Amino acid sequence: MLRILCCVKRVPAPGARINVTADGLAVDAAHLGFTTSPHEECGVEEAVQIAERCGGEVTVLTLGPPEAAEQLRYAASVGAHRGVLVPADGGARDPQRTAAILAEAIRRLESADGAGPFDLIVFGNESADSGGFQVGVRTAYGLGRPIVNGVKGIEIDGPAVRVRREIDGGFEVYEMEMPAAVGVKEGINLPRYPTMKGRLASKRLEIEILDLDAPLGGQTMVRLRRPAETVSETAILGHGPEAAPAVADVLESLGVL
Amino acid sequence: MPEFPSEARCVVIGAGIVGNCLVGHLAKLGWTDLVLLDKGPLPNPGGSTGHASNFIFPVDHNKEMCLLGEQSANQYRDLGLSVDSGGIEVARTPERMDELQRRMTSAVAWGVEARLLTPAEVAELVPFVNPEVILGGFYCPTVSVVDSLETGTRMRTLAVEAGCRVFANTEVLDITTRPGPVEGSRAVEAVVTDKGAISTEHVVIACGVWSNRVANMAGARIPLAPAVHQMADVGPIDILAATGNEIGYPIVRDMDTFCYERQSAGSMEVGSYAHRPILHHPDDIPSNAEAALSPTEMPFTPDDFDPQMEQAIELIELLGDAEIKYAINGLLSLTPDAMPCLGETPEVRNLWSAAAVWVKEGPGMAQVVAEWMTHGYPRVIDAHGADIARFYPPEQTDEHIWARAAEHFNKTYGIVHPAEQWEGRRFLDAGPYLSRQRELGAEFFQARTWERPQWFESNADLVDRYGVEGREVEWDARWWSPITVAEHLNLRENCGLVDLSAFQIFELSGPGAVAYADYLAVNRIDVPVGRAVYTPWLTPDGGFRSDLTMMRMAADRVRIVTGVFDGGRDEYWARRHLPHDGSVSFANVTGEITTLGVWGPNAPAVVGALTDADLSQAGSPYGWLVDVELDCGGGRTVAAALFRISYVGDAGWEIYAAWDDGPAVWDALMAAGADWGLRPTGGGVYGTSGRLEKGYRLMGAELESEYNPLEAGLARPRVKEADFIGKQAYLRARSAAGGPEVAMCTLAVTDHADRRGRKRYMQGGNEPILTLDGNRITDSHGRVSRVTSAGPGPSVGRYLLMAYLPVELAAPGTELQVMYMNELFPVEVAGTGAVFDPDDARLKG
Repeated sequence: MLRILCCVKRVPAPGARINVTADGLAVDAAHLGFTTSPHEECGVEEAVQIAERCGGEVTVLTLGPPEAAEQLRYAASVGAHRGVLVPADGGARDPQRTAAILAEAIRRLESADGAGPFDLIVFGNESADSGGFQVGVRTAYGLGRPIVNGVKGIEIDGPAVRVRREIDGGFEVYEMEMPAAVGVKEGINLPRYPTMKGRLASKRLEIEILDLDAPLGGQTMVRLRRPAETVSETAILGHGPEAAPAVADVLESLGVL
Repeated sequence: MPEFPSEARCVVIGAGIVGNCLVGHLAKLGWTDLVLLDKGPLPNPGGSTGHASNFIFPVDHNKEMCLLGEQSANQYRDLGLSVDSGGIEVARTPERMDELQRRMTSAVAWGVEARLLTPAEVAELVPFVNPEVILGGFYCPTVSVVDSLETGTRMRTLAVEAGCRVFANTEVLDITTRPGPVEGSRAVEAVVTDKGAISTEHVVIACGVWSNRVANMAGARIPLAPAVHQMADVGPIDILAATGNEIGYPIVRDMDTFCYERQSAGSMEVGSYAHRPILHHPDDIPSNAEAALSPTEMPFTPDDFDPQMEQAIELIELLGDAEIKYAINGLLSLTPDAMPCLGETPEVRNLWSAAAVWVKEGPGMAQVVAEWMTHGYPRVIDAHGADIARFYPPEQTDEHIWARAAEHFNKTYGIVHPAEQWEGRRFLDAGPYLSRQRELGAEFFQARTWERPQWFESNADLVDRYGVEGREVEWDARWWSPITVAEHLNLRENCGLVDLSAFQIFELSGPGAVAYADYLAVNRIDVPVGRAVYTPWLTPDGGFRSDLTMMRMAADRVRIVTGVFDGGRDEYWARRHLPHDGSVSFANVTGEITTLGVWGPNAPAVVGALTDADLSQAGSPYGWLVDVELDCGGGRTVAAALFRISYVGDAGWEIYAAWDDGPAVWDALMAAGADWGLRPTGGGVYGTSGRLEKGYRLMGAELESEYNPLEAGLARPRVKEADFIGKQAYLRARSAAGGPEVAMCTLAVTDHADRRGRKRYMQGGNEPILTLDGNRITDSHGRVSRVTSAGPGPSVGRYLLMAYLPVELAAPGTELQVMYMNELFPVEVAGTGAVFDPDDARLKG
């Protein structure tokens, strides 16, 4: 039975315009809901599909505020079996610190009850909010596991995992002995929605808590800045055949006719 | 896109279902110089219309909501943008089954096709419903699903063809006002937007959840709160997809779980009114750009929805395996009293509100406002319940709006008794007798913000004395006590003291006061000083606008006394029509004057104990005010005005005194009345049993703008010379061949027994009056005969109903039926006047 670990991050679900808090250090989430970072949502789906296909158990791990339990439950509602929360202290976080905490959490989970290493650790390629592209690689490195990023396909082949990623005009294919890690990209699959029963079942998930910390890594965020907005306006050119001349005018003005 | 204008006759803000239909209706009524603005893009600018579930259940107990819903449904149908899916309200509890019987009754009243279903019949129509968890269903085949966005587009297009200019992505930054034509008033001046300012005569706020914020820009208030209604779209579901339709199965309302299931192509929308009230301040709603979905589709809070899911799966098991594709905390508008906010704002002339309107009643309510703007009052229906002017200041505070919205949110699918009282926000206003009344065990009913004793537990001994029976069915006895009947009988035998402090009292003063009062009123107000006149005020179309008393206090001063339910609307109307020359001043003196009523055969003795004034009919004639000094004991005398009149039809007076003198008068009367059987007496007698025995009409019940004084039986033999609002229409009605088509009648129930042998008592909630053949009774205008008021007539030993009947059915003794809780009870017409003391011997003798 495969043991798959999936790391997820709770991130704001913003609209077209992202507001920044007054101190410039965070996204203003006053009007926002929270979600799982999209690459990681695909990671959970991929992990669940592999487990369904090959037989296995999916554990989801997150480092975040207590509310990140919502994201663990969401993962459970679409098929994950276990949820582990490492409460964040609310202080500054950087990729090194996060990766060190996750690596230690994974070691603890793997050593508990002599379970042994996870066969596959799935990261999202990068988080939707800070977009550092580092945590997966650093964690895998810390654990001494091979990792391939930018993954758009995963096949389990006995003790190996074969992954592929897009390049111009084709794919690169990598094969790693498990235990291994991957950073998946959105598009690898179309994540399912939770069913009502799945959602209700996820309410019963007992969330495991691991209290861990690690020193700061040295990278600090100075501030966030919102770039100047580009305002676009939509004009309805008409309905039905009567709209054709106006459409033609616009195409001409754009130089495509 | 047209050039941004600097002027327009009317600017409508908000291009949701209401704003779009409003410009469409205005265009139909001849308006051309219109501008429609929205801060969002078209056709879905991001308001509540964009996420509405778009279905209309045609039965509501409330007349305005029901008939405007029907009007709206028909407008959607006329555009071909509606499908009759049918809909079923299912019951899981016996209480809900009773409520469904009541729904059947309202369906008959409003002429809506409906029938009750067994659980098996529900499952025949909706095969995926589990019949094991329900007791039955209420089925309306004409429940419809509408395309509100396309309807808005069509109505907007219609307006554009008439000249309306439309600007999307245009944010209103301010509404400026200028001094109005009457001193101290304000009027609309311009709408300032991020694209420029438009000078305009009229502004309509149709901004949905943002309406109060926009109104505040002009110094006006539209009391509504944006509230969450959770909805999840789950699917795909094969049996739904197989229909190949947007809607192929009837919509199911799971009434006892406050939840609905509505097919949307291959998915099911599950909507909830069961979760905790979640309210958002308008300032906390994100902009279009900031919102993840749309501004009014807030992030879903799944914990709130989980219990609803379990209940939904109980009813429809296949939902359990369906995926939750889309789930929102959708915002909609709630008001403090669950009614919309329509009409001109009292604060700013020509600033109109068309807010707190849902998709299900949008087109009809837009028509109401368009007619109001065009004709001076709506024609399609009397809209007094939705009139924005109805609110008193305490009702417009955020605290009140939020508390009330939170309290009634979970009653959206609730079983709400016609007399149901609010739990929170009580005792906002009360007379100066509150502590005394509490000591007497008063049960208070709230009228808008005012607390009024309905009965007094201290009178419980009278129940035995008069042998008053209780009511055996809990629903009939809810918000009722036999004490109220006992208080009535005591008043008729001895006398009662009634707190009338909730009267709303205004004064017109100045050289033009009397002429202006005459311009408002049907009856002549230019009468000798000291005379008081009971009179209708009419709409421009000659229907009832108000029904009140006007008192000639001095050569240049007229007092207006009106009921608490209509004080806001009447103040607005009286201020709105003030002459522009400054010859009349208006003042609200409600807080300065308290009123007590003392009535019954012993009233002259009780009041006479406090004054040496001549209280005979000669000294204090009916309909006249007499100034007196009341000896309140301990050397204290109080100046008061005695007004011989009675809404309970008995000898006695309304006593007007300074607010602070009220308690002394109360104590003196109670002391003087101890030997005369005087008892504090509640609103159950004043507003219901005493009134009904005398056939006195009540504004908002018997009297609405759809009826005129001839039909109400309130026309006087002659029409005064002076002009007044509605006079031409009134004269036309008076000269119509054949006379009025309907007459306001009092009917008596001749047998109260239901099928189970229990005595039932109609509550006066629009129960339909039917012929002996069981047919509805309507007139040529489509107005239906229905119960407008109901209550006991203890002194005549009959249970009384009031209803308009076609004149051919109005003869005393005519046998008819009333439907109550879906059962028929025999009634007979008692007449068009009083059933107790028809000659007014007690009142005037």
